[in-house]
Amino acid sequence: MQYEAVIGMEVHVEINTKSKIFCGCSTNFHAPPNTNVCPICLGMPGVMPVLNREMVNKSIAAGLALNCTISRWSKMDRKNYFYPDQSKNYQISQYDLPLCLGGWLEIEVNGGPKRIGITRAHMEEDTARNVHTLGGGRSGVDFNRCGMPLLEIVTEPDIRSADEAYAYLTELKQILQYLDVSDCNMEEGSLRAEANISVRPVGTTSFGTKTEVKNVASFSGVQKAIEFEIKRQIKTLNEGGAVMQETRGWDADRGITFTQRQKESAHDYRYFPEPDLVPIVVDAAWEQGVAESLPELPQARRARFAKDYGLSAYDAQVITASQDYADYFETVARSGADPKQAANWMMGDLQALLVDAKQEIQDGLITPSHLSNMLKLIEDGTISGKIAKDVLADMFASGKQPEAIVREKGLLQISDSAALEGIVRRILADNPKQTAEFRAGKEQVLGFFVGQIMKATQGKANPKLVNDILRRELGA
Amino acid sequence: MSTISKKDVDYVAGLAQLHLSDAETNRLVEEMGTILEYIEQLNELDTSGVEPMMHALEVTNIFREDEVTPSLDRDAALAVAPLHDGEYYLVPKILDNGDGGSA
Amino acid sequence: MTAWHQKTAHEIRDAVAKREVSATEITRSYLERIETVDDKVQAYTQVWRSEALAQAEAVDRKAASGQALGPLAGVPVSLKELLCTREGETTCASKILKGFKSPYDAHVVQNLKAADAVLLGKVNMDEFAMGSSTENSSIQRTCNPWNLNCVPGGSSGGSAASVASDCAALSLGSDTGGSIRQPAALCGCVGLKPTYGRVSRFGLVAFASSLDQIGPFSKDVRDAALALNVISGRDPLDATSANLPVPDYTAALTGDMKGLTVGMPIEYFTEDLNAEMRGLIQNAVEVMKAQGAKVVDISLPHSKYSVAVYYIIATAEASANLARFDGVRYGFRHPGAQTLQEMYHLTKTEGFGTEVKRRIMLGTYVLSSGYYDAYYLKAQKVRTLIKQDFDRAFEQCDVIITPTSPTAAFEFGAKTTNPLEMYLSDVYTISTNLAAIPGISVPCGLTAAGLPAGLQILGRVFEEAAILRAAHAYEQHHGLAMGKPALA
Repeated sequence: MQYEAVIGMEVHVEINTKSKIFCGCSTNFHAPPNTNVCPICLGMPGVMPVLNREMVNKSIAAGLALNCTISRWSKMDRKNYFYPDQSKNYQISQYDLPLCLGGWLEIEVNGGPKRIGITRAHMEEDTARNVHTLGGGRSGVDFNRCGMPLLEIVTEPDIRSADEAYAYLTELKQILQYLDVSDCNMEEGSLRAEANISVRPVGTTSFGTKTEVKNVASFSGVQKAIEFEIKRQIKTLNEGGAVMQETRGWDADRGITFTQRQKESAHDYRYFPEPDLVPIVVDAAWEQGVAESLPELPQARRARFAKDYGLSAYDAQVITASQDYADYFETVARSGADPKQAANWMMGDLQALLVDAKQEIQDGLITPSHLSNMLKLIEDGTISGKIAKDVLADMFASGKQPEAIVREKGLLQISDSAALEGIVRRILADNPKQTAEFRAGKEQVLGFFVGQIMKATQGKANPKLVNDILRRELGA
Repeated sequence: MSTISKKDVDYVAGLAQLHLSDAETNRLVEEMGTILEYIEQLNELDTSGVEPMMHALEVTNIFREDEVTPSLDRDAALAVAPLHDGEYYLVPKILDNGDGGSA
Repeated sequence: MTAWHQKTAHEIRDAVAKREVSATEITRSYLERIETVDDKVQAYTQVWRSEALAQAEAVDRKAASGQALGPLAGVPVSLKELLCTREGETTCASKILKGFKSPYDAHVVQNLKAADAVLLGKVNMDEFAMGSSTENSSIQRTCNPWNLNCVPGGSSGGSAASVASDCAALSLGSDTGGSIRQPAALCGCVGLKPTYGRVSRFGLVAFASSLDQIGPFSKDVRDAALALNVISGRDPLDATSANLPVPDYTAALTGDMKGLTVGMPIEYFTEDLNAEMRGLIQNAVEVMKAQGAKVVDISLPHSKYSVAVYYIIATAEASANLARFDGVRYGFRHPGAQTLQEMYHLTKTEGFGTEVKRRIMLGTYVLSSGYYDAYYLKAQKVRTLIKQDFDRAFEQCDVIITPTSPTAAFEFGAKTTNPLEMYLSDVYTISTNLAAIPGISVPCGLTAAGLPAGLQILGRVFEEAAILRAAHAYEQHHGLAMGKPALA
């Protein structure tokens, strides 16, 4: 039997406000244990939460970017359960009236667009971190993370493959980073993805029994875990077995999912409205204010880069991967440099230098004006593309402008035909065998001569001129 | 609805993380039954179309600005804890079943 | 001359301001009084002798240096065990918080300190404010100063008893369903529950967050107004605290009731009300009429449902509010707990008393899967109806009067075997909290048994001034020889 996968994603994103969702403690991830804590996030007796306005602003921005309807009237609720990662043994979350409802996000699937429905996005507080490595039969609790602002984004069961899930996560992360609402750092846990996976015979519409895969540390891990899980479920069914509803973990080393928790009786969270907080009313003016402050989102930017700058779909995708990268490109392109050349240099040599140095483009010494000026030097024939590679490396190390480097190092391209003619004649005279071969019709030998001439000029010869003179001298 | 069974009481005690003796359970079956029976009188009222009073006052949109304020000194925080190691609050070993974090 | 401990807060404040007496002398007088009578009354759970004297000395230094004194300069105050204080412990009269030292002061405590009040210590209560007799305290049994065999009421029984026995000039308590007004009535002092949101709840250990409100106990109405001036106002740490200006409530005390219309709920003055209580209220009505009040009948048709609504909403909120007491971050943890589950189970089982567990169970049940709509949602809808009753009533009148409690103080153990009967002793006070309106209890005479009775006056939201004016006018003109409890 042919099966198809039905997948829904739940993503928890830590919103990058300066202070926690309900108190003034810092959200700095790197603080020593239990130093970003106060009576409020520790759930001490007699204290109350007060909602961070910026959390609401950033959540509205995320909701709008995901094409959600922003609720005019929403509220916070208490979700009751006992666990040592909780400071109050209830979590303040949103139950039946979340801030954002009913949106979608578009991904590319097999070269075409596909919309993944967003069921809801709601605000809640993060929980504490439990530490299991202390020994002595005890676990430790670090409440620094407790009360960090979280946005939980839930999709419809619209995803049909591991690749689609990967594309969804990538696009979501890009959008949230563009909005500057989260750094989406999976290693630091500021983005956590869970997948609900089931399979069903192709052509049917009811859902199979789902498993939930949690605690995966990377997007590619999620992709692999889903892939594995789909195969596992199909195999189970084909062998006459049944899929059990359960939570499964991902063992990255062995490349398998494994049972973490069997289904117990359904959770009974006893949600009720949080009496310590007042309702949140987002009127049209508030929503519009946030909408107007939204930056251009990745999808729109990709389309515009392809149209305005003639980038290929692939190049546009790479160039817009991060907002800083795209901003960099756009600055270079707008300065009059050739956009395609700019993209090639950014994705090629410059990227290689950045990766080696573990730097981000916005932090390097090569500013957009450096790159733009260098591209102009190539265009007007002052330097060759080959020399430009050296200039780039020099700029990367020194931060000097390309003109200065060319001047100081005498890298000006030799465009003097008289000087070049002499060199060409000497090379031809020194290599009679190759000259004869060329004249006999072996065109490839031309490359050999160009190489020799470049070597003799330390790469400074104007390649176009060299070509012209060579052909003339060879009588081609 | 007004009758509450021993099974119900056990279930609720589980949710509330209370450990009840048999005597306590039996007493609660009776007492909660009496109170719930009293509460039943609300069913006399037709409340269709009545908005629930979810908040005591009609106030909305009270926020704090996103400003960092000083945290509690860790020693002061841990000083009132039953068990700690100077860095972490300590609890009996959590058998991690993947259910940690926001469920 | 009257001893200082018998005087009112405003008398003390005036005398200290005029430097007729030092705050230290006042404080000593109260500490002595506590030493003399509190072993009988048992209102205090902690007496902060040296801290109180140090505060008093600071006030005296301030006075000596010519600085302006706060509005409660030198006034000795007691605090209910559930108000967080850096001084002493904050236990809520529960074993689960025994020894808990709060790292912060409640908002109202900060205000008291800023007003130059002197904090004498903490007073007893029903555990986590759950009760109407203060019998549910894990610490001690507080007696009614008028009859030591009787309860002081509750849950703020210690607050009422400390003021009634002249062991404090003022006390702060909390009121979730009557916990200020009922003990004030039973002990013969004034007790005020402000409008929900009038006073910040920051540092008040929560019982039912949508109903809890802090308020003062005092020897007269003027003192209640004075205390309300000090504790009211917006607090950025309590999102439900009202962003409204705080008027000078003492300015409302005109001494008459001209132009005020007083409503009497027909539902409350039925055959069910005992004759003695009805007589006392009727006398009060005559006094009010004589002071220029117009008295009309009003109707609160849904009031009979208020106890049922209250025990759903209050217990539901409490079941969540009390979940944090788990032995992880503060308070008691059972030493025998080996596993996580045992930590929760043993800590809560050992740490909470019977009534608290009963309410946690009830609150958990009404929120549990499948019952939310039938109980919690239903209760919130009926709460709307109860509030609408008051809205309509206040179109016809400015204040509403009722008895505070159906009976005067009862003997220890009289209602402990039947929780529902205990709950019903709050029948007149509970709807006030549900409707979020302010209410005050003012003494209205003694029963044949020599026990005080209370008259309750309710007003529109944030119109504390109206009920204070009515209570004050009544107090000035009732002509009752209330006397003092016959403690040694």
